[in-house]
Parts: sequence; structure tokens; C-alpha cells
Amino acid sequence: MLRTTLTGSRIRERRVIRGLRQAELARRAGISASYLNLIEHNRRRIGGKLLLDIAAALEVEASLLSEGAEAALIATLREAAADRPRAGAELDMLEEFAGRFPGWAALASEQHRAIASLEQTVEALTDRLTHDPHLAASLHEVLSTITAIHSTASILVETKELEPEWRERFHRNISEDSQRLSEGAQHLVAELDAGQRKDATLNAPQDEVEAFLSARGFHIAELERGGDATVQDVLTGGEEGLTSAAALDLARRILTRYREDVARLPVAGVVEAIRSADEIDPAALAARFGVETGRMMRRLATLPGAVAAELGGPFGLVVCDASGTLTFRRPLPSFPLPRFGAACPLWPLFQSLSRPLVPIRQTLRLASRSEGRFTVHAVAEPVGVMRAGREPLFEAHMLILPSPAAPDDDSDRRVGVTCRICPKLNCRGRREPSIMAETG
Amino acid sequence: MSKTVLVIEDEPNISEAIGFILSRDGWRVANHFNGVDAVEAVRTRNPDLVILDVMLPGRSGYDILQELRASATTADLPVLLLTARGQSKDRELAESYGASRFMTKPFSNAEVLEAVRDLARD
Repeated sequence: MLRTTLTGSRIRERRVIRGLRQAELARRAGISASYLNLIEHNRRRIGGKLLLDIAAALEVEASLLSEGAEAALIATLREAAADRPRAGAELDMLEEFAGRFPGWAALASEQHRAIASLEQTVEALTDRLTHDPHLAASLHEVLSTITAIHSTASILVETKELEPEWRERFHRNISEDSQRLSEGAQHLVAELDAGQRKDATLNAPQDEVEAFLSARGFHIAELERGGDATVQDVLTGGEEGLTSAAALDLARRILTRYREDVARLPVAGVVEAIRSADEIDPAALAARFGVETGRMMRRLATLPGAVAAELGGPFGLVVCDASGTLTFRRPLPSFPLPRFGAACPLWPLFQSLSRPLVPIRQTLRLASRSEGRFTVHAVAEPVGVMRAGREPLFEAHMLILPSPAAPDDDSDRRVGVTCRICPKLNCRGRREPSIMAETG
Repeated sequence: MSKTVLVIEDEPNISEAIGFILSRDGWRVANHFNGVDAVEAVRTRNPDLVILDVMLPGRSGYDILQELRASATTADLPVLLLTARGQSKDRELAESYGASRFMTKPFSNAEVLEAVRDLARD
């Protein structure tokens, strides 16, 4: 059997597109139907005048039918098949596959390239020392200094009858080196911190959006009353720009909502209401303004920094959808929030989903090194308008207010941030083992 | 006559400490502190053994090692390579360039001494 080529498959494809029967095309090209059949099944090579005749009969350029354009595609697919021999790709059918299903073939080829590039990235990330020259330099500095100290100290300890001038000299060297070591260690920590920040922005669109909001203290002055910016202005302006389409889309939804919140709840009015109340109770405040409690919580968590500080803030906020997936997070330094998803099931945020529309207020302690104390408010409310015959979609908000410490009170509930780093013992909400030492 | 070791290391206190222990062991010790003209230093001083740091200002120790190995006069010179990275990849690299020994920082004086004695015996 002759080596298959793409051309036959393309002729067949074009003929079918034009709605011609095999016999008809064969007649126009001056060959027998059975011969055309062999060509179309890539069992006969074709070229020269016959190709031109068939192309003319099909009213396409001959080059469209002949081999060439897909050579690179075929090569990539061949490579992909060689990389995953266990998949058992039918190599003898490769050209026919590429000819008959060009879209699928292009998809497989693009994915092969994407996998290769991702593999490279993973390799680069796992070998940061090779790919991060600053980190490598800092580490080298620290190790060199340790070597010098180690070596000098052993000389001082092990050498009998060390001359006083040498002894003095080595003492001085150790003193110098220990100073350098502490500086080097600080550099190293700074490098590692910088690396973490760099990685964080690379991760998910959610992280990108959070960095964007965090850089503005979660308060968008241009969207407040008196500001004349549109959501689009905010998205495209500013230096800490959003890059990925997913992040832009996410930010647009958050900012559009922000705008709606501003229209219903001016900062000045909210602050005045808080000042005249005994405590910050988002449900009571919401009732006063005739808005949803969740909306009031969003407003409280996005007050201007100075105003929030005056009121005992800033206040943390976390929002989740009905699946428990965190969709918005404003962490506090003392109440870190986990990456999207995988939070502590003991949070009132999740309890509220089983008691929709009921505002929950609890005083909690965070099971962590600092054991901070917080008053949290949570509520689950339907998203959008409720309609008969349609299941409402719920969303839950949880506002986190720092609370003065009350050392004698053990009655506070203890919750965590996320299982992996939670030290709480015998927790009925535990889902996976903790990496913290306290846990048995 | 005692043998000469050339220590090519930019960290003066490491140089000094290594120099001290080797001279106590009967070696004549010469120091060189940068990578740029390290190969020249080896040629002019003609040592019996070289201790070479990989991360040197001006030129990498790997480069210097390759040049030494390429030249007939220094092709067989014992070279103890010092690095701050002990990954197996680095070790393989060092071996492929022809390092006689490979030592990872931080090392102890005893290890250096033992390595130098071994290399001198070969």
C-alpha cells in the first residue's frame, strides 16, 4: 500500500462540501469513480495534471488540496504521540486524522505545545535556585559566611597553642562574619517573601482581583458619591492593572455591585448611623436604611481607611455562594482568610446558609498562635429577585469585627482558618490532618 | 620542599581559615580572590593543587575549570571544587567538567584537610 497523504482526504472533504457525488467528480476530472475512490482514501498518490483537474472541478486552488500547510501540524502530532506511547495513537492513520479532522488535530497539537510549556514552567518553579538569581546569590552569601565562621571557630577550638595574634585575628573574623550572617539571613528572608508575593499574583484571577482591591484598601474613592469615574475607568486606570480576562470579568462584577452599594448607602449616612448606635450591628443598620444585611456588610468592609480606623476597623468580610465557595474576601491581618474554598466549616458564614435570612451574631476565638477574639455577623440572603417557580440562589456574607480581648471568658467558640494550619484538637469539623504540632 | 596549594576563593575569611589549617599541615598556601584572571594565576604560580570556588566575581569556577582542563599543562592538576549548592545536578556538572573533588559549603576543616591529602596522594 502506498504511503497515505492528506490530499485524498481533502478532496473527499471538499467534494462532500460541494455536494458532488464521487461519480460526478470522477467524470469531470476524466477518471473512473473507483480510481477517485482510491485517491480519496489516500490509497493512490495524486499530483500534477490530475490534481489540477480535480481542483478545477472542485473550484478550489490546487494548493489547498496538496500537502504542505499541515506538515508542521503532523510533525507536532507525531511528537505528541511519541511522548505518550501508552495512549496508543494510531500513527499510520495520522495524516488521515489530520486531514479529516483538522480542528481536532489542531486542538491536540496546541494542547501538546501547552503541556510542554507548562512542564517547563513547573520545572522552573520547582528549581527556584536556578531560575531566581537573587535568591541564589543570597543563599550563597549566607552559606559562605557560615562556612567562614564554622571554619574559623573550629580553628579556635581545635588548635593547641594558637599564637595570640592569630587568636585575636580569628576572633575578629568571627565577629565580622556573624554580623554579615545576620544581614545575609535578613536578605534571604526578604527574597523568599518577595517570591511568595510574586507567586501569589501569578496564581488565580481571584488573587489578582484581591491584590487589585487590597492595593486600594478595598475602598474605591472614584466610585463613591462625588467621584465621576465609571467601572470601566477604574478597571483600566491605576498602576496595579488587571491582566487576565477572567480577573477583569470578576473585578467588573465586584465593582458594579460596589456602585450599586454606593447608590443605596452613602458613606456619611452610614457613619452617622453607626455613631448614634451602641454597637456595629449590620442587621440593625440595614433595617434603618431599608437594604439587605449583606449589602450593609459590604459597605462596612469598604469604608475609607481613616473612617474605619476611627470606628475600630478595618473590618473583614468574606462572601460565599451556596456551594460554600468563597467569592469575595477582605482578610484582616489578625484574621487571615484561606485561599478561595477550603475554609473552616465552623464559621457562622456556613451556618447561615442553613438558616437563610436569619442574622447570626457570634463572638469567636481564632484557633491560631495569636488566638484573636472577634465578633462576627453572618447572614444568607437570596441573590437577585425571588420569583415563583424558580429556586432562589443564596449567598452568605460574614462581617468580621475585631473584639476586645476578654481573657477570663472561655465560653467563646473556637474556629480556625483552614484545617491544614489549624491547631484545634478533637474538632468535629476536621476534614484533613493539620500540619500544626498541637494536633494529635 | 613542601607542596603548594592555590586557594581561589573570594571570601577572605574562608581563604584565611583554609590557608591557616593547610599551612599547619605543611602546605605552602597562595591565595587568589577573583575569577577574571584565575587561570593566569594558576599558570604563574604553578601549584600542586587548586581549591576553586564556583561562585567567583568576574568568572564562574566552572568556566575556569574547563579552561584548565583544556590546557595540556593543567589537564591533570588536582582541583577541589567548592560550591554552596549540593544538588546532584551540580555534582554531575562539576564531574563532567573534570573536577577531581566536589565539596559543598558549609564544610568542616577536617573534610578539607582530608580531601586535600587524598588529592595530593593520587
